[in-house]
Amino acid sequence: MTLLAVERIKLVSTRSPWWCAGIALLITLGFTALFVANSDDLAVTVGSTQFAFNLGMIIIMVMAALAITTEYRFSTIKTTFQAAPNRTAVLAAKAAVVALAAGVVGEITAFATYGLARLMKPAADLGLDNPAEWRQVAGIGLIYFFAAILALGVGILVRQSAAAISILLVYTLLVENLIVLIPTVGEQIQKWMPFTAANHFATAGIPAPVEGQGPPLLDLPYGPWGGLAYFAAISVAILVAGIVVTNRRDA
Amino acid sequence: MIEARGLTKRYGDTLAVDDLTFAVQPGRVTGFLGPNGAGKSTTMRIVLGLDHPTAGEVLIAGKHYRELERPLHTVGALLDAKWVHPNRSARSHLRWMARANKLPYKRVDEVLELVGLASVAGKRAGGFSLGMAQRLGIAGALLGDPEVLLFDEPVNGLDPEGILWIRQFMQRLASEGRTVFVSSHLLSEMALTATDLLVIGRGRLISQTSTQDFVEQASEATVRVRSRELDKLGALMTERGWATRPDGADVLVVSGKTTDEVGELAGEAQIVLHELATQRGSLEEAFIQMTGHDVEFRSEIAELVGAPVAQGATP
Repeated sequence: MTLLAVERIKLVSTRSPWWCAGIALLITLGFTALFVANSDDLAVTVGSTQFAFNLGMIIIMVMAALAITTEYRFSTIKTTFQAAPNRTAVLAAKAAVVALAAGVVGEITAFATYGLARLMKPAADLGLDNPAEWRQVAGIGLIYFFAAILALGVGILVRQSAAAISILLVYTLLVENLIVLIPTVGEQIQKWMPFTAANHFATAGIPAPVEGQGPPLLDLPYGPWGGLAYFAAISVAILVAGIVVTNRRDA
Repeated sequence: MIEARGLTKRYGDTLAVDDLTFAVQPGRVTGFLGPNGAGKSTTMRIVLGLDHPTAGEVLIAGKHYRELERPLHTVGALLDAKWVHPNRSARSHLRWMARANKLPYKRVDEVLELVGLASVAGKRAGGFSLGMAQRLGIAGALLGDPEVLLFDEPVNGLDPEGILWIRQFMQRLASEGRTVFVSSHLLSEMALTATDLLVIGRGRLISQTSTQDFVEQASEATVRVRSRELDKLGALMTERGWATRPDGADVLVVSGKTTDEVGELAGEAQIVLHELATQRGSLEEAFIQMTGHDVEFRSEIAELVGAPVAQGATP
């Protein structure tokens, strides 16, 4: 508990997490507004109000990675381990605090974009009528939660802000989408990429706006909750790898 | 009380710390002296459990650092004043440290007052001058009112006022019965601050002695004698158990004796002397001799700590 409080103080006593959270909210709201304003009532569904969640998620992942890489950059990690020598406990507490903050930002952006769409299109069918629609909105917070853990884990492993952010951006924006270009096996591999699984959790059950249009849906061997579990497992595994490495190396 | 046993740290091929064994006593300021790159900071990081030693161990108050329940209550340290997030206020920086060791926030304001930073407590630490950052680091070290304190080069880059302040502060902490372990590469600074000295060079322990003895021995007067019959004279001196050391082909340096004694000995044996003089080295010279040259320092130490040099030393 003590360490959770410590990490909370660290997170909120610098400005960059606040900036990241604010930008994540504004950018998702902005793109949702653009999308909604340019669509007719029929095209705006509960699921489609969340189409910009990836943008906010990437910014929150940057925030999570910075939470640890700035500690290495300014060597406050040494002060941290000096004040609390149990490195596993320190990093677990940091993961809990950062992931929780990310989850809260995720829920706020999800419901803010949903609310914005309802305000802009009162005539659209935007009631949260079934579990799938609840998952499509409220589930965004869960994705942010585990995405933050993954980003923190990468930050712990590479220790440098620029390196961590480059890896995260290139991976989420390019690698997962381009992997499909590998002949024959590419598509199989893509099904087991973590963010593909996360995306499946967020978007499964969203009907294509117009029949036969939109990106082709992958035929995935797991359901939406299976996708989230898989994504969570990968994220936690990267964090655990980071903790193991940190315990072995010099601070 | 800090105890190191057989402490060794290897980075790839370089041995940063080589089989260090020492003890730092409470109630006094112990200087940790060595040139840059001698392994002082590495040793201090190992003491704090930040770096893992390749071999050996360090105990603080009988425990490994990682076994300390709330370490800031036992050990306070300032290894680098820049280990602060520049966008965090001085108060926030100390608050998370206090929180990690279950210390009340009241204590944060107390130490800020103690080091004279109370008026800038809410300011970004990144905007602090080096002297202020150093004070913030000391405030952090004092948070838990610890019995053991470690400072790594605390006066580096400080103005005279800051140096004086730190010097008096460390002496005050020691007079309260605490163990104060402070590193420096400046012997003259340590001569003013430390009661005991731990001297290392290239990761190895060179001497552990009181500062007074060290300075006396380091700046001890020696007699320089030049003669064609040095072999004969050297043998006579060795017979009498005098400590001698060759300095070039026809010069012998005798320690612990006066020119009178050397002159009379030469006279009795009817040896012609070409030169007989007293010489006194500076602290810095002695220090460089001791720590600078791997090959030479063994004989220098032997001389400096007063041990007679081996018989075969005369040319």
